[in-house]
Amino acid sequence: MDQNEKLNQSEEISLQASQNEAEAVPAAEDEPLEKNVRLMSPMRMVMRRFFRSKLSIVGLIMIVSLFLFCWIGPLVYPGWGETEQDMSGKIEYTMAPITYTNASGEEVTFYQVVETGKRINSLAKPSSDHILGTDKDGRDVFTRLMYGGRISLAVSFIAVFAITLFGVVFGGISGYFGGAVDNVIMRICDILMCLPGFPILLIISTLLDAANVDSSVRIYFLMAFLTLFSWPGTARLVRGQILSLREQEYMVAAEAMGYSTKRKIFKHLVPNVMPQLIVSMTLSLGSMILYEASLSYLNMGVRAPYAAWGTMINIVAEDQNILQNFFNVWGPPGICIIIAVLAFNFIGDGLRDALDPKMRR
Amino acid sequence: MLKYIVKRLLLSILILLGVSLIIYILVRCMPYDFVSNKISALQSNTSLDATAVEKMYEMYGLSDSSFLGILKGYVNWLAALCRFDFGKSFVYGDSVLNVIVDHMGVSFAVALIATFFEFLIAIPLGITAATHQYSLRDYIVTILVMVGISLPTFFFGQILKDALAMKLGWFPPSGLVDATKDFSNVFDLVLDYLRHMFIPILTVVILSIGGRMRMTRTNMLEVLSSDYIRTARAKGLKEKVVIYKHAFRNTLIPLVTSLAGLLPSLFSGAIITEQVFDLPGIGNVAFKAMMQADIPFIMGYNMFLALLSVIGVLLADLMYAVVDPRVKLS
Repeated sequence: MDQNEKLNQSEEISLQASQNEAEAVPAAEDEPLEKNVRLMSPMRMVMRRFFRSKLSIVGLIMIVSLFLFCWIGPLVYPGWGETEQDMSGKIEYTMAPITYTNASGEEVTFYQVVETGKRINSLAKPSSDHILGTDKDGRDVFTRLMYGGRISLAVSFIAVFAITLFGVVFGGISGYFGGAVDNVIMRICDILMCLPGFPILLIISTLLDAANVDSSVRIYFLMAFLTLFSWPGTARLVRGQILSLREQEYMVAAEAMGYSTKRKIFKHLVPNVMPQLIVSMTLSLGSMILYEASLSYLNMGVRAPYAAWGTMINIVAEDQNILQNFFNVWGPPGICIIIAVLAFNFIGDGLRDALDPKMRR
Repeated sequence: MLKYIVKRLLLSILILLGVSLIIYILVRCMPYDFVSNKISALQSNTSLDATAVEKMYEMYGLSDSSFLGILKGYVNWLAALCRFDFGKSFVYGDSVLNVIVDHMGVSFAVALIATFFEFLIAIPLGITAATHQYSLRDYIVTILVMVGISLPTFFFGQILKDALAMKLGWFPPSGLVDATKDFSNVFDLVLDYLRHMFIPILTVVILSIGGRMRMTRTNMLEVLSSDYIRTARAKGLKEKVVIYKHAFRNTLIPLVTSLAGLLPSLFSGAIITEQVFDLPGIGNVAFKAMMQADIPFIMGYNMFLALLSVIGVLLADLMYAVVDPRVKLS
């Protein structure tokens, strides 16, 4: 392993050397250069370092399979719908001890078994009909897992992209122009960062209740507000990067060449901010999933009958019976959340190491 | 130094003003009839008297939800705040300040004990992971930590509750004190508190250990690659001395700084953890208040949180200069 890595390292170094040579003595040798050295773009070097780490590959596999599960799954397993209830009915037996004193003064206990026929096949055990059984309202857990994943994953991706967009725009403006603009934006960031995030979302959730927003779209409203309060972190990161990049020689050169502001920003500054940005985006994807799940768990985000992973766990807060006896109802969504967050953390960590040119193992 | 602190304090006041304005506007966005419905529903089953409601309406100018009306309400609220009058909570029928102070203790106790164990366990783990970088030990610790970071509080809390409280019956599943028992002895009472707090604390510790460990590991790695460590090794010091005397002390800088920043937030309460275990901490209390549009409490609680986070940032920055003599505040 060590040997191999050293080889790889020398390969990367020799690449630079050979490029210099190629400029100095063009086509002097008989053998074409490509045979001696492998040319690697920076992107390929990053990819190579990324795929060398086992954890990042594990993370990638985990997230890809989750996506397939959520989006392809319902097509392959079309038995039930997201909100469809199993109306096949079931017979429930409840047993209660009854104690009474008979004529001769002895205490007699017998068990009364009551048979009730229910219209909804609720809390069914896992079977071929319902792979993970059904929940309290007779909805198929396995199917809801897929639809719930769609919401959780989609919402997190949208929120992270929106946060990044806001962050890059405001951080970029702040770092590039400086002065009064910078001051104003940074003070706004200070204020937003001091806002207690979770309680604010709870307030907004109450507002949505008051406005009678439909329960299938309220999570999007909540995440939109979350975006409004969460961009300062990204903005600070971008600003810090740009402030340090602005002082570097190549930016002075770009200035001297008389490039337009647009070109300086998008061709010279943004690509250099990207590595850090990608890492922070991946890591915040994980935290967004947790955020969404927590909101749904508190019955603030997605609400039944619609499914989200957090919503599916919500039931155990009220029903001790389900908590103790029906792990098949609330366990799988929790495991899905863990897999998703873990995958993003693994990938983020792998990317951080791969994108950092100083990290040579 | 003094000039710096004064400047920061003034800035903090500005930030708090901004925060309060945002929260106030948000709260006032609640439709008038929604709020008055909630209030009248509460009035029927709590000891809320009509004068308190009257005062509330006046203080928040609730009936006037035009832009000017909201602004006027905000000024009124600020004026009352300057007299340390946060208003009276609808849900709890007591002054907001009292409710916060009453329930702060539980949250603080849980958070303090959890933080103590978090540092106690995470720092040694972080150091071994760093000194044995890329070894099996490092990988195992890293993976466990990653799993810890990825656990949702409510899910893991419910699992622990199911396993330790329901199935094994070692600890009570929820609440803070056993209502069926009579505690004449203070010692017994504290013991019962701790028994109830055990699972929540365990949950918090396991969830927060990961981040702290990763922080220790990164810092330790950074310190270990610096020149003075090479010098220490070159002059033949024992590895133990190099790590614990030379390297560890510098690793402490960010740890102590973050601890200082963390201290105020220990009072803020954990909404979800307290919700799962039904602890009567401030997070739980606030959650119930927020569900019932208890405007005075929402304002008071959120300002309390904002104040704590402002103090936290300030403390962390000051601590940084205290611990690390190279840092000059200006």
